[in-house]
Amino acid sequence: MKKVLAVLLASAMTLGLVACGGAQQSSGTASAPASEGGLIKVGIINNDPNESGYRTANVADLKAKFTKENGYDAQFAYSLKNDEQIQAAQGFIQDEVDYLLLSAADTAGWDSVLQDAQAAGVKVILFDRTIDADPSLYEASIVSDMAKEGQTAVDWLASQNLPEYNVIHIQGVMGSAAQQGRSGALDTKVAAESNWNIVVQQTAEWNAEKAQQIVQSVIDAGTPFNVIYAENDDMAKGAVAALDAAGISHGVGKDVVVMGFDCNKWALEELLAQNWNYDGQCNPFQASYIDDIIKKLEKGETPEKTIIMDEKGFDATTITQDDVDNYGI
Amino acid sequence: MTDIKKKSEGSFLRKLTSNQLFIPLAALILLAVINLINDPGFFKITLGTNNAGFPVFSGYLITILDYGSELGILAIGMTLVTAASGGQDISVGATIAIAGSAMLRVLCGGDSRPETIQAPIIVAFLVACIVGMLCGAFNGMLVAIFKIQPMIATLILFTAGRSIAAWINNNELPIVPDPKFSYFGSFIPGIPIPTTVFIVAICIVVIALVLKFTNLGLYTQAVGINESSSRLNGINPTFIKFLAFVILGLCVAVAALIKVSRLSTINYSVIAKDIEMDAILAVALGGNALSGGKFNMWASILGAYVIQFLTTTLYKFNVQSDALAAYKAVVVIILVVFSAPTVREYMGQLFKKLSPARKEAA
Amino acid sequence: MSENTVLKMRGIDKSFPGVHALQNVDFTLNKGEIHALMGENGAGKSTLIKVLTGVYSKDEGTIEMEGKGEVQIHSPQDAQKNGISTVYQEITLCPNLTVAENMFIGRGEEKITNWKKMNAAAEVLLKELDIPARANQQLSNCSIAVQQMVAIARAVDMDCKVLILDEPTSSLDEQEVEKLFGLMRDLKARGVGIIFVTHFLDQVYEVCDKITVLRDGQLVGEYEIKDLPRVQLVAKMLGKDMDDLSDIKGEQESYKGQDAEQVVFEAKDLQSDAGIKPFDFYIKKGEVNGFTGLLGSGRSECVRAIFGADRVLGGKVKIHGKEVKITKPVDAMKNGIAYLPEDRKVDGIIGDLSVRDNIILALQVLTGFFKPFSKAKANAFADEYIKKLNIKTASADTPIKSLSGGNQQKVILARWLLMHPEYLILDEPTRGIDVGTKVDIQKLVLELASQGMSVTFISSETDEMLRTCSRLVVMRDRKVVGELSGEDLTQNKIMSTIAGGE
Repeated sequence: MKKVLAVLLASAMTLGLVACGGAQQSSGTASAPASEGGLIKVGIINNDPNESGYRTANVADLKAKFTKENGYDAQFAYSLKNDEQIQAAQGFIQDEVDYLLLSAADTAGWDSVLQDAQAAGVKVILFDRTIDADPSLYEASIVSDMAKEGQTAVDWLASQNLPEYNVIHIQGVMGSAAQQGRSGALDTKVAAESNWNIVVQQTAEWNAEKAQQIVQSVIDAGTPFNVIYAENDDMAKGAVAALDAAGISHGVGKDVVVMGFDCNKWALEELLAQNWNYDGQCNPFQASYIDDIIKKLEKGETPEKTIIMDEKGFDATTITQDDVDNYGI
Repeated sequence: MTDIKKKSEGSFLRKLTSNQLFIPLAALILLAVINLINDPGFFKITLGTNNAGFPVFSGYLITILDYGSELGILAIGMTLVTAASGGQDISVGATIAIAGSAMLRVLCGGDSRPETIQAPIIVAFLVACIVGMLCGAFNGMLVAIFKIQPMIATLILFTAGRSIAAWINNNELPIVPDPKFSYFGSFIPGIPIPTTVFIVAICIVVIALVLKFTNLGLYTQAVGINESSSRLNGINPTFIKFLAFVILGLCVAVAALIKVSRLSTINYSVIAKDIEMDAILAVALGGNALSGGKFNMWASILGAYVIQFLTTTLYKFNVQSDALAAYKAVVVIILVVFSAPTVREYMGQLFKKLSPARKEAA
Repeated sequence: MSENTVLKMRGIDKSFPGVHALQNVDFTLNKGEIHALMGENGAGKSTLIKVLTGVYSKDEGTIEMEGKGEVQIHSPQDAQKNGISTVYQEITLCPNLTVAENMFIGRGEEKITNWKKMNAAAEVLLKELDIPARANQQLSNCSIAVQQMVAIARAVDMDCKVLILDEPTSSLDEQEVEKLFGLMRDLKARGVGIIFVTHFLDQVYEVCDKITVLRDGQLVGEYEIKDLPRVQLVAKMLGKDMDDLSDIKGEQESYKGQDAEQVVFEAKDLQSDAGIKPFDFYIKKGEVNGFTGLLGSGRSECVRAIFGADRVLGGKVKIHGKEVKITKPVDAMKNGIAYLPEDRKVDGIIGDLSVRDNIILALQVLTGFFKPFSKAKANAFADEYIKKLNIKTASADTPIKSLSGGNQQKVILARWLLMHPEYLILDEPTRGIDVGTKVDIQKLVLELASQGMSVTFISSETDEMLRTCSRLVVMRDRKVVGELSGEDLTQNKIMSTIAGGE
């Protein structure tokens, strides 16, 4: 009986793994002939595409770029957990990939596996996120400057010249690079200006439902506010749902200024409809940057160590349909 | 004469503390008193208008009733699963993602930004119900037929569920364009009470009718207490356990309807995150043994709203939302301590000692 | 306190919600004495023992011990420190540890265990008490009797002055019981006072010196064994003079209806997955018959197959001559068959449910999932049978698990009688319950039969079966080996049929 149970459990676990790794499998078959001549072998370690719209766009962009047609033999691994990512990296190194492309879940813990990569002659390129490791262990990193994103947003907000700023600050998962960068600029500004106040500062962990509850709580308490600074679009959406239910107007020329990040297509459409006021871009389209770097490395050139991507901030009063189509993710 | 009085007084206290509704009610009153002392405005309900121009009630109490809905509905199914199987379903959050994703898929027809909805809402809801019940049936099959421990069995969907949800919509996050769809998670024009309150009321009425006009309660408890005896009394324990999971699946589908409707979309990876733990906590808070057997449905539902009350209170006190779990952990600890037999006995003796002492004082 | 007294309990009082379990009870135990504590189930024996061992705290009264004066016992540890040890019916040792470990571990005397020393000490003790086990043997490899003896050895070695044996013999065979008695006599010679709780009258008269009888939570009296003949003991326990136990059959007329000879149930080549050989069986209307044989001979498995409790693998079943399919219990119930299972705790009661729910369960299932009884109806059913069977319970709402064994059994019986079955199967209905209830049940069986119910009765006590059954199916090694009726229904004939050997 115990044996039967064990077998059942094992098969159940496998089933779970297969289901989890659904995305991996499909991409694996796309790159079926593993060692075809002339192709550059890359192993791409990314976060789970379901994490956010940003990640979905990022993954789609990478998948579109690293194809056989473009001269690549790519393998993908997704996880939100650092240890699983490290395991995947070790697997790729054993698989003798030429390049290891990495968007790390966590900033720490990568030294030894990157040393292994170096010893095995695998070149490492970081994208999207930096890590705490010696720069000599990787060739280049392509990152968003989250602090700059935050600064752009806060500068825009300051340019609105409101008589008073009472801000509901909805943060992402505490400690993540995006949260730190986007919170930092606002915190500095609030500390510096006397007419900038934080009504409430709470993490909603990128979760729209939590954001809705946080804003609902402020509304219930009757505390006045006129700015919602949400660190991603989902949370801004949740906040707006709470405003709508309470009959508080928002958008261009209305009572509450709504700000989001990431430039989801639907969020930009809200901007176009003037329901929201501002959306800060976090550029997920990193594949072409990475492609450039690999081409340079293949030619024997040395690329720049840190490449910061262009990132815009959109204002509801100036956004166009073209912007929505081009920059929406 | 005095003897009789003493007896009745003691037994009243004992009766009170031994009633299953005592724990959730006491917790509710405690929370209410804390809020009353801190800010009596907590209990204020105001009539305003929403952005669509219709009258709506608002206030903390309305918020609690509104946001506690999903949990209240899940508590119904979780109570039955707990009673019948002596274990818990930890996959409800993930299956909400699956059922919600299926609903989105039907409503949006695979297009992430449709102009109009592609199927009637009722069809989408029925599909979600079927999907929810299929997930429940899968869990129920593992537990009832293959005799896998419920937490282990439901671990499968817990792990895989959110990926399946994403796969149903090809990793897209569609948005339902029809404003009518959002009524389920907010307000119906002209009715100032959140729609979710009505949905919960319907669920409660349905389960009350089911418990009254069928033997579901008796069978479930019998199976949970003694499976072997139940079988020898003509009950089919396998089916009863299976049924409990399927009913939970249905509850999941209703909760998913509310969740999707709130924002007209869902994010698979974070929707209803950790709700399974809250649902299990609701059952425990209702004084139901997590090892199965006897249950009190109303205590569980009350427990769900107590948890929402706690959550809302903590938000009001501006407690960091990632610290909420720690506060709930404290509640669990208190709960476990108070439901331990030794503590109960001690409390019983304490009451016994207290009641004559009070009489003397009088 | 006389110098020979080791334990003196005076004026012990203990109440539970709704029950006054002990009222002003005295109990005295002398050195080197085996003292039987007797009473029906629910008389307060267990409560008294639990007060003495600190499981319950007493409401009133004093406990004095030799050389210590009055002692306070609030926990089993306190009891142990005072030299009171208990060996329960269910073995409470660790089966996966060795004999020596079980004897010494957890006594908290030394922080570090010296295994060699421990094994040697255990070996000495085992030899001394003549227990057939080795110190380093795993406990689960020993027979139940030896395990029981190890438990006693453990208790004895903890410098025990008072040893409580709570139903130690109920799972032992005759030889094992003899060995246990040997050990008890040995301990007695060393001056240990032993409190012996049992249902077996024979055993009381074999080893005990004194008897204390309790009834309804009150002390009836303390007697020297030689002053109290059996009949009187039973009378004291029941609180009334007993008619001759053996002649209850004569009291009831047998069923005289027109259809008296009609076969109600018939099975041919019935076979289940419990490993019994295919067997044939029938029962007539108003007949009481039984399966007999040694434990494990397959008698329970036969009735389980009839009821569909085990998986039926083959055979034909007819009810009133019409072929039916019985593959699961509910099929049997629909055909008017009721089955009171052998293991009350595992297969019978639904512990946390109320007496009422336990009574209505079977009929409720039969009535249908969508037709629950109203509260009033359920209460009426419960009250009717609580009265009819004289079930002692605080109320119909009391959870069944808080009732005494005999009353639990009556509730299960009520459950099946409420279904008004045509054919009632009773598998060991009298095991582990007190004499009074035993007789009640036997009388009830005959009464039901006289009204036309067919009953199959199984009991380990042959005389019980002789008193009730008019036909016995004899089993050996999972096979039906004979059938006895009429003149052949005697102890000797049954024994010889069970033993076989032409």
